Amino acid sequence: MTEFFANVDWPEIVRATRDTLLMLGGSMALTVLFGIPLGVLLYLSGKGRLAANPVLNGLLSLIVNILRSVPFIILLIVMLPVTVILVGTSLGVAGAIPPLVVGAAPFYARLVETALREVDKGVVEATQAMGGSTFQIVTRALLPEAMPGIIAGATVTAIALVSYTAMAGVVGAGGLGDLAVRFGYQRFQTDVMVVTVVLLLVLVQILQMFGDALVARVSHR
Amino acid sequence: MIRLEGVTKRYRSAAGERVALDAVDLTVGQGQVFGVVGRSGAGKSTLIRTINRLETPNAGRVFVGDQEITALKPAELRAARRRIGMIFQHFNLLNAKTIEENVAFPLRLEGRPDAEVRARTAELLARLGLAEHAKKHPAQLSGGQKQRVGIARALACGPEVLLCDEATSALDPETTDEILSLLDELNRELGLTIVLITHQMEVVRRVCDRVAVLKDGRVVEEGATADVFLHPKSPVTKAMLAEGEGGETFDASLAPAGGRLARLTFRGPATYEPELSRVARSVGVDYSILSGRISRIRGEPYGQMVVAFTGGDAEAAVARLSERGVVVEAVS
Repeated sequence: MTEFFANVDWPEIVRATRDTLLMLGGSMALTVLFGIPLGVLLYLSGKGRLAANPVLNGLLSLIVNILRSVPFIILLIVMLPVTVILVGTSLGVAGAIPPLVVGAAPFYARLVETALREVDKGVVEATQAMGGSTFQIVTRALLPEAMPGIIAGATVTAIALVSYTAMAGVVGAGGLGDLAVRFGYQRFQTDVMVVTVVLLLVLVQILQMFGDALVARVSHR
Repeated sequence: MIRLEGVTKRYRSAAGERVALDAVDLTVGQGQVFGVVGRSGAGKSTLIRTINRLETPNAGRVFVGDQEITALKPAELRAARRRIGMIFQHFNLLNAKTIEENVAFPLRLEGRPDAEVRARTAELLARLGLAEHAKKHPAQLSGGQKQRVGIARALACGPEVLLCDEATSALDPETTDEILSLLDELNRELGLTIVLITHQMEVVRRVCDRVAVLKDGRVVEEGATADVFLHPKSPVTKAMLAEGEGGETFDASLAPAGGRLARLTFRGPATYEPELSRVARSVGVDYSILSGRISRIRGEPYGQMVVAFTGGDAEAAVARLSERGVVVEAVS
């Protein structure tokens, strides 16, 4: 057993796992914080919606599409100077979070927009007919009704972020993915590769199960 | 209570402009149940939506009570909408909320104090027989129960007007009946003014005091339900009535030779009197009934039949029947 895992530096693994979880937690929180309002704006400004505005919608859509079409690895590098301004460093967990959020928030915003579109227009109309303001319609009717989709989207996004954190290792972010690349791949330490990949798999599995359980809880269809 | 003046609504699409409502004038009295019928695409949905301005007309004015709905600012409009309840074909309940929360929703939106919301919600649930379902979600209820929740929600803020958008079209006949009885009851007990749109003539027959027939965005016929149903003037009304009743069963070619044909309409308690028989005996004429229907329109009994008079003085029979308040029309 110890022979097979000869190259594995367990304290290092623990540190890397902690870094991955911190990156994931921090970037996910910010992704939700920016992604939901952006998704709501995309929805509301869409054709035939409550605050239809083709110019705003076109602009937001363009920004989202640009950010989504830049390969994440490129985004990481392009973001370096911005990251330094924002958090004072481009290294470590803190340095990884800005590019992760910029990469994931537009993706999540689209998923939120899609979830909102799934809500029956009749619900919006009924809330309007009851004298609800646009703000009330969004916060009291649309978002609660779309909650299963919003949570399912968050699950997908969180899992995408797990693989993004691995790439963030390239710019010195640390974490499990970084370990897999530097030791497992570049130094041919298969045991390190196996351990990190298994840990990432467990993480993804937990995220999916947790997300599904949450969706089941809020679904009443 | 509700007045539409020259209300016009045009939709622009890639195919050009389409007129959904063409200078519609309508007046709905306080406490009336007013039906708007028409085929799909006639503009019924647009019409009912101009009353709470879910659709803003391109021209014309809409009044509800003493307020001009078409002139209100956004905040005033939201306040006005609380006094206009609305129910929908597909109920439009919030799936994520319980029945109780759905009924409380308009009160919550208005920001009423919690204790008041609870009391009012409990009262409405009890009144509509929904108390046992309070903690369930809409997906657990049947269509009829969902529409009851819709009605409870529409009544929450104590409206003066209830708009019903094809409220029974998604329900089976039995449930439709149950919902119509409920609307009738609310109209009588609360004095609620009700505007309902439907393509089901039977719905109008059951509950409406007055009816307007819409075709291509225009009102082609309007009047008391019994008048419109028994003596329809426009081709659309006639066609819709015929479809609703399985078509005119009378076939002129089957009438006895030399008979004088007449359509007789009895209304009110006279429907059940042996008028026709008495008159026939007194003037010495025979009659055969070629088609007929005896039913009720909003609770008022009526009978309408096509008869052929033979072997006697048909003219005298017609005159005698007219004297007794039976409406006699020539049949071609």
